[in-house]
This record gives sequence, structure tokens and C-alpha cells, in this order.
Amino acid sequence: MEQDINIKITDREGVTHEIQAPTDMAMNLMEVVRSYELAPEGTIGVCGGMAMCASCQCYVLSDTQLPEMQDDEEAMLSEAFYVKDNSRLGCQIQMTPDMEGLEVELAPES
Amino acid sequence: MIKTDILIIGAGPTGLFTVFEAGLLKLKCHLIDALPQPGGQCSEIYPKKPIYDIPAYPEILAGDLTDKLLEQCKQFEPSFTLGERAETIDKQDDGSFIVTTNKGTQHHAPVVAIAGGLGSFEPRKPLIHNIAHFEDKGVEYIIKDPEMYRNKKVVIAGGGDSALDWSIFLSDVAKEVTLIHRRNEFRGHLDSVEKVQDLKNKKKINLVTPAEVIVIVGDEKVKAVVVKQAQHIEKEFEIECDHFIPLFGLSPKLGPIANWGLEIEKNAIVVNNALDYQTNIPGIFAIGDVNTYPGKLKLILCGFHEATLMCQAAYQIINPGKRYVMKYTTVAGVDGFDGTRKEAPKAVVKAIE
Repeated sequence: MEQDINIKITDREGVTHEIQAPTDMAMNLMEVVRSYELAPEGTIGVCGGMAMCASCQCYVLSDTQLPEMQDDEEAMLSEAFYVKDNSRLGCQIQMTPDMEGLEVELAPES
Repeated sequence: MIKTDILIIGAGPTGLFTVFEAGLLKLKCHLIDALPQPGGQCSEIYPKKPIYDIPAYPEILAGDLTDKLLEQCKQFEPSFTLGERAETIDKQDDGSFIVTTNKGTQHHAPVVAIAGGLGSFEPRKPLIHNIAHFEDKGVEYIIKDPEMYRNKKVVIAGGGDSALDWSIFLSDVAKEVTLIHRRNEFRGHLDSVEKVQDLKNKKKINLVTPAEVIVIVGDEKVKAVVVKQAQHIEKEFEIECDHFIPLFGLSPKLGPIANWGLEIEKNAIVVNNALDYQTNIPGIFAIGDVNTYPGKLKLILCGFHEATLMCQAAYQIINPGKRYVMKYTTVAGVDGFDGTRKEAPKAVVKAIE
């Protein structure tokens, strides 16, 4: 489909999946992971996408220009575990055409 | 032993609405929840967030939804075991169940309804290699009895409301309170943040930021924590303390329910959605976010529907062969177990001359 973008997601087992994500359904990265069932239900997106649980934490591997981090995401990451410099919350990354080529790795469950 | 008709595990929206639907069928409910208050996620994670898809409520705060559900089921006098987690289930010869909590409280009921959402909320434990060794020996993830900190030296870690609120509270109880957070900014209610600022200025709270606890020191009990602080130049130092309380929020885990012999798929309990949301064990139902079936949606409104159908099946188990047809509340009214009655006003009959 025209508005789909290509992204690469490495799951918690280390397997990399090349997938297409729609950009016209207001989906975020956490929801894309769930829609492809790349992490078991109940282990990702626990709070539903409110930046309140960090279960969708991922490491951004590509140099894709991402939306700037908002206060609530930054605050949540400051309390999360396994945080690295390239950590983001998947629920705060909207799927837009700018995200074409995005590569991420899911952080361990905690 | 607590005896009831329907034992509900989980006091979130689905569990609370079950009380109402069961009450209409004259069935009494008791609820167990690991959290200290009813409401589940709605009260614990996002009480101040709005929900827009509760039928007839264009917008309602999650905390307000809990209050409304409690008010709606009040006349059916639900009883609660709060702050305890359902641990084991034993099927009796007569087909009924005894559910025992982690604190040993026993509950006996012919029907068990698991409305456990994503599971019971367990504290998130920081990644400190020797922390497990000090659990209940000076490390507590949840504050149960503030009195145990009287005249003690306490270190609290975390940056959310519970870390702030407990630091404020314990500053009046403990001998010394140190609050450690990875950043200078805190994610809490503004008045809590301001109160901590005030107590810091008055030297009643010792604030260490941006920093984190990396090691716990002690033999049999906590004696100190090693803190790594990253302001300007990185440094490590010890803070002497009797207690270390990491407050990094809660995360739900399916927990002991996973070992009850129920069929589990995708971290949820498989149920018969074509009929009554019963599990593979007759007499045990699973409703709301905790269950799964083809096409399942984890929505509060779906939990309400599932609870309603489940109660009809529970009625049949508890009253085998007894006749009943569903009645509309508008027609039949609502007779509470507390003696109250709600009913539609009678029509006025008056001649027109």
C-alpha cells in the first residue's frame, strides 16, 4: 500500500523482522509491534500507550529523525530499567512517512 | 473462612460490575485484590486520565468510573480482601472452591470469577545485583506499616508520586530521609514536588540527584547503600541507612493464577466466549482483560458484557434447575441486600374530565 513504510524491529529473542507499517491509522511503534505479535500480549503496551509503564521501551538503531521527547516520556525513561542513550518509548513514536527505514530493538522485559 | 456465592478475583471495573449483575440474581460477591484499594488499573495507574468509550459517558475519569461502579453495586454489599494476592485454589468434593491468599486468608465459594486484568500488580525491582539478599531485611518495595520507620534512617529511590509522597510522610516519622532520583526533575503532582522542595530547604529531606543506588551494604541487615551521582563529575559514596525503599512503580504479572491448571494463551485465560466465559475448569470463569478468545478486545465495556453473561451461568451452577428469566431493572427495580429498594415511579392514573 502506498502509505505503508518499511521498518525493522528486532524482538526480545534477537530476531529481526522487516515489516510494513501503515501511516494512516494513527498507529505508534508499540501498536505496530503488537499488531505483528512480535512480543507476547501482556508484555508490551501494558499501560495502553500513556508513557506510564515503559514496557514498550526500545533502542533506536537507525539515525531516523524522531519526534522530540516530551516530558512524560523522559520522566518515565528516567525510572525505567535497562535504559541506554538511544532508548525511546515505542508508544510515543507515531508511524509517519518520515519513519521510513526506522530500525529498533525491543528492550528486555522488566 | 469467608463464604460467598461468587468469589471475584480482581476488583477492577469488570469485577465491580459483576457485583451488580450478581446482585440482581440475589447472588452475593466477595472480591480479592492485591492492591490496597478497589478499581484496579483505573485507580492505580491512571485515575486522573479520561476514558471516552464507556457507553453514555462522553468522557469520564478512570478514578470517577471506579467511584460510580462502587456506588452502583453498593446495595449488594460486596465484601473485600484487599492487599492480598490469590495464591492457590483447591476444588472440593462438592465442586466448590477454596481460594487462599498469600497471607493465608481462605475463601469458599461455589463459583470463582477471575477478573484479574493483566494480573496482580507487583513492585518493579531495580537492577541491583545483591538486592534480593536484603528483601525484608531492610529493603521494602511497598510501605505497609510506616511505624516501622520511626527514628530510623531511610533511603527512598524513585521519581514518581509514591516516592515523593512517602518522602514527605516519612520526614515526620523517620530520623533521616534521603530521596534519590536519576534526574533533577520529578514526575508527580505539583504540590508534592513543591512540598519536597520545601522540606529539602528546611533540611528535613536530604535530596540526592541525579543519582542512583548501585550496591547495598550490610551483612544480615541493610547498613548503607552505595550511590553513584553524576552531577558535573561522577562520584560514588555511601549513605548509612536502616532501610532502603525503591519505589519504581508496579507492573502487572499473571502470577500464581498461571499455575491453577487453566488453559493459558497469550498471557490470558482461554474461555468459551460462545456461551458463558467459563474456563476449562467448570465453575471457574474468566472475564475482562484477563481472558482471551477469537476476536477478544481488552475494553472495559467488553468486560461488562462478559460479567453479565457469566452471572447467568453462575446462577445455574448455584441454583441447579431453578427457573429464572432475566428481568429489566426498569420493570423490576433493584432490591438491595441492605434492605433498600430502587424502583421506577408509578404511573399516575387520573381521569380527564
